[in-house]
Amino acid sequence: MVVKSQESRAIKNEDDIAVVRSSVKRVVALLNFSLVNQTKIITAASELARNVLEHGGGGEARIELVDEGDRVGVRLSFEDLGKGIPDFDKAMEDGYTTGKGMGLGLGGAKRLMDEFSITSNSPSGTKVSITKWQERI
Amino acid sequence: MVERIPILKIGETLLVTIQVDFHDRVALALQEDLTDKIVTHSSKGVLIDISSLEMVDSFMGRVLGNIAKTSRLLDCHTVLVGMQPAIAITMTELGISLQGISTALTAEDGMELLKALMSKKQKRVSHGRQIARK
Repeated sequence: MVVKSQESRAIKNEDDIAVVRSSVKRVVALLNFSLVNQTKIITAASELARNVLEHGGGGEARIELVDEGDRVGVRLSFEDLGKGIPDFDKAMEDGYTTGKGMGLGLGGAKRLMDEFSITSNSPSGTKVSITKWQERI
Repeated sequence: MVERIPILKIGETLLVTIQVDFHDRVALALQEDLTDKIVTHSSKGVLIDISSLEMVDSFMGRVLGNIAKTSRLLDCHTVLVGMQPAIAITMTELGISLQGISTALTAEDGMELLKALMSKKQKRVSHGRQIARK
């Protein structure tokens, strides 16, 4: 997998969530994603950016255009230096939250994307990566 | 200074068109402003047009749901109109159900639905009065 371009956005406050959304929107518009897939990617990005802020106390989003021969895609990574996640299975459950949201962020983002990975070095930081692929035209 | 979404009063209803990016603080400000206006104008219906929104995440979904629940407690109905199909698909997959919130495809249909919801209530009130008279 080749990374064709990448950019980073700091997530320090609520306004930064909107900045991440618009950066992601700009990048996915470059690929030929359907409107439904564009919406899914932007929504997943919004969920994970909010997680970084709410649970990780801030962090960074990395937006990459990736190329794998017959397909291209967008890979989004969200990293924070928060407390980490002690129980992945619980965190992935719909409706489970330690914050004030609905507990749909992680599980929802996984459903909206093609690939999902999470690593947490409890007690210091969490990294979530999501990817959506598009057949090369 | 938080950007605020204008709320228009038309008779017994309030009309809200969300045309800006629905930032977290903008969403929360709308919830407060709407609640105030419902009480000030004794509004019976709120029409929220989201046709310009390009996504609704779980936070926004929660705020919209809370607006509907709060206005219901204040004797007011909420109808959400103009949701893009891509948003409906995404919200369903994400797991947001927006229970208790009425929807219509267009603003026109939404106004009809609001009228129906509002008149149903008035009928119930007059029915109650008849029983009281007996």
